[in-house]
Amino acid sequence: MSTTYRTCPRSGLQFELQAERLMLANAVAAVVFLLVGGILAVGVVLTRWPAVHWLSADAFYMVLTAHGIDMLIFWIIFFEMAVLYFCSSTLLRCRIATPRMAWLGFALMLIGAVTNNIAVFRGSSSVMMTSYVPMMAEPAFYLGLILFAVGALIGCFVFLGTLVVAKREKTYQGSIPLVTFGAVTATIIAVFTITSGAIILIPTFLMSVGIVKEVDPLVYRTIWWAFGHSSQQINVAAHISIWYAIAAICFGAKPMSERVSRGAFLLYILFLQLASAHHLLADPGMSTEWKVVNTSYFMYFAVLASMIHGLTIPGAIEVAQREKGYTKGLFEWLRKAPWGNPVFSGMFISLIGFGFLGGISGVMMGTEQLNMLIHNTIYVPGHFHATVVVGTTLSFMALTYFLIPVLFKREMINPGLAKLQPYMFGLSMYFFCLVMMGAGTLGVARRHWDMTMGGSPLAYEFPGAAYLMMGLVGIAGIAAILGGAIYIYITVGSLLWGKKLEPGVQTTQTIPLPKTPMPNVVIQSHGSSGFAAPGTFALAMVFLVSFVLYYFINWKYLSQVWGLS
Amino acid sequence: MSAILPPAERLWWKHPLDRVEGTWIVIAFVWCMIMFAMMVGWHIYGKQNLSTETYKTTPELFGKKAQDVVDKYTVRKETDREIPVVHPPPGSDVYLVARLWDWWPIIELEKDQTYKLHLTSMDYNHGFSLQPVNINIQVVPGYEHVIKMTPNQAGTFSIVCNEFCGIGHANMAGRIYVK
Ligand code: HEM
Ligand SMILES: [Cu+2]
Ligand SMILES: [Cu+2]
Repeated sequence: MSTTYRTCPRSGLQFELQAERLMLANAVAAVVFLLVGGILAVGVVLTRWPAVHWLSADAFYMVLTAHGIDMLIFWIIFFEMAVLYFCSSTLLRCRIATPRMAWLGFALMLIGAVTNNIAVFRGSSSVMMTSYVPMMAEPAFYLGLILFAVGALIGCFVFLGTLVVAKREKTYQGSIPLVTFGAVTATIIAVFTITSGAIILIPTFLMSVGIVKEVDPLVYRTIWWAFGHSSQQINVAAHISIWYAIAAICFGAKPMSERVSRGAFLLYILFLQLASAHHLLADPGMSTEWKVVNTSYFMYFAVLASMIHGLTIPGAIEVAQREKGYTKGLFEWLRKAPWGNPVFSGMFISLIGFGFLGGISGVMMGTEQLNMLIHNTIYVPGHFHATVVVGTTLSFMALTYFLIPVLFKREMINPGLAKLQPYMFGLSMYFFCLVMMGAGTLGVARRHWDMTMGGSPLAYEFPGAAYLMMGLVGIAGIAAILGGAIYIYITVGSLLWGKKLEPGVQTTQTIPLPKTPMPNVVIQSHGSSGFAAPGTFALAMVFLVSFVLYYFINWKYLSQVWGLS
Repeated sequence: MSAILPPAERLWWKHPLDRVEGTWIVIAFVWCMIMFAMMVGWHIYGKQNLSTETYKTTPELFGKKAQDVVDKYTVRKETDREIPVVHPPPGSDVYLVARLWDWWPIIELEKDQTYKLHLTSMDYNHGFSLQPVNINIQVVPGYEHVIKMTPNQAGTFSIVCNEFCGIGHANMAGRIYVK
């Protein structure tokens, strides 16, 4: 298939025609599902706000099922497909491998997503995204997920194929860029993940149509979470790659050391698969040894990797800023960062929130004994909105602001509003997560329609503070939804009626990446003692102290509850 | 020379570490080992460790055992649904049934005594959430989970179901008294 390439005059990036169309289609599909999921969030949040308690119970459970799936699976994975094509075809300046297969994958994903949504909105598949057996949904529910997964798997192989094309056609020299390496990490985990998903969803589908008699509930939970949690690691690898990319785009930042950053990605590949365990810590059946080893990703090596990325990304920015002369004190580099640019502010708000809120709470929850304190409480959605919304979703939003002129070739409408958006969305999400965690600590259940428990004579009377927290969840949630709506307005609006920008020079052959020139200053020359990023290090110490304190407070709390053995 | 371009040095893996990175990796590694040691250490010195004693079971089997205990140790009935309140002797086996949509029976325990609580579900997954203590345990159908439990405070405690189990999920409540 013949194709053309264009060099974007605004970024210098080169887009291949097929890849560009695929990215556009995937990104648009993603945003549509974000819109649907966001509308559903209104229903979820206004029902969980005790003073409003809007939807009926069956509507609430249906809406919550759809919210979880549309957001976590469809919005995120469609967007990730666009990211994969960007990291391969665009960053390596090569044509996309087998574009027809890529379109087939996209079509399957779309058909699957729509099928699943129809099943949910028909009302008899309110089983939550986890669909634990023996509670059954309609066959179309599982079929939709399976089709979507097959489509995504095809996308992964197209990505890997594209890397092979780039290598063979020598469109770059040396090793692949770090960001592409991160995308490879995400893809490898994705292949593992989707396979696990297939192993468990196919028998469950067969059970729903009556071919298979029974799927064991505990086996289901174990394998489902090998899919459900590992897919979160795809998100982590993807959004960390985006952070590196944005640091490079906004600052020309270079990784402090390629070896460390790539090594940290490698740790993800090696250890993230074990994550299934931390969803089963409060379950019967598994041995203690299995739980301890797996929940810690074999001695916390994946946590180590995240802590490394959390330092090296701001560290790289600091080094780049100091090179530009922002060297005063510990934090001039940060104060003088482009806080009015939503690409940067979104990325930084995402990074800090992901680390402080999502990371610390996640490690706490994933500790074998501490998990008992919060298992299935609303603390859990509090944690993962910090990871998957503040972390992944906000990074995708930040990247979109970069892509509007570069990939969509449109001028952004309303840049003033765009400037505000990451703050509004990110900071209200911070608060939303905190109050959810607060409510969870007071025992409020997740996936729960009514805190008063319908006036059951045995009901637990939640303390006033729990009601207050859930009220704040409502208010913060609505603020976050408005922030999300602004993102959709700007993205869709720019696509539809933003001023068209010049696409740039077209060629029929790719222009291979020139060899990256050697930097003339060695990083090690910074600071008096070769301490290149002291500000970042100070931030990291603040992080560590918060982490240690919060971790041991929870042990203290655990030591006071009933004895269990 | 940035993260979106191939590394400038062909032998990038030979590039020396910066001290910031090196120091942080050491600190983070030590912290990870401390966290790992905490989990292991708590099994030796801590008093709150979830048992993993589990048996396969069926609703009939488990229901019968629970009924036996109820027949033997019921001390009174409560609520207009006449839910039995069982007061088993310290150290004995206590059965708690999770089903759509209640926890059965009501249990009365003595403070600082240890009991073996047997948990299972008759139908879907349920969530045992003891309030206001905040101990949360997954209840999976087909599996009988045996947990040694030692209440350390007297009072009235509620069991909230915190795993989605259908339309009546939000009303699924149970009770444990500690004397
Ligand atoms: C924009 C504002 C958002 C608000 C206000 C919001 C609100 C909520 C609330 C209150 C819950 C918990 C309900 C419960 O357990 O009873 C929830 C669940 C959930 N949310 Fe969101 N959410 C938002 C965005 C997102 C996004 C962007 C994602 C994913 C990328 C997401 C993924 C999920 C998932 C996976 C669940 C769990 C569903 C389940 O328990 O099965 N949410 N959301
Ligand atoms: Cu239940
Ligand atoms: Cu329930």
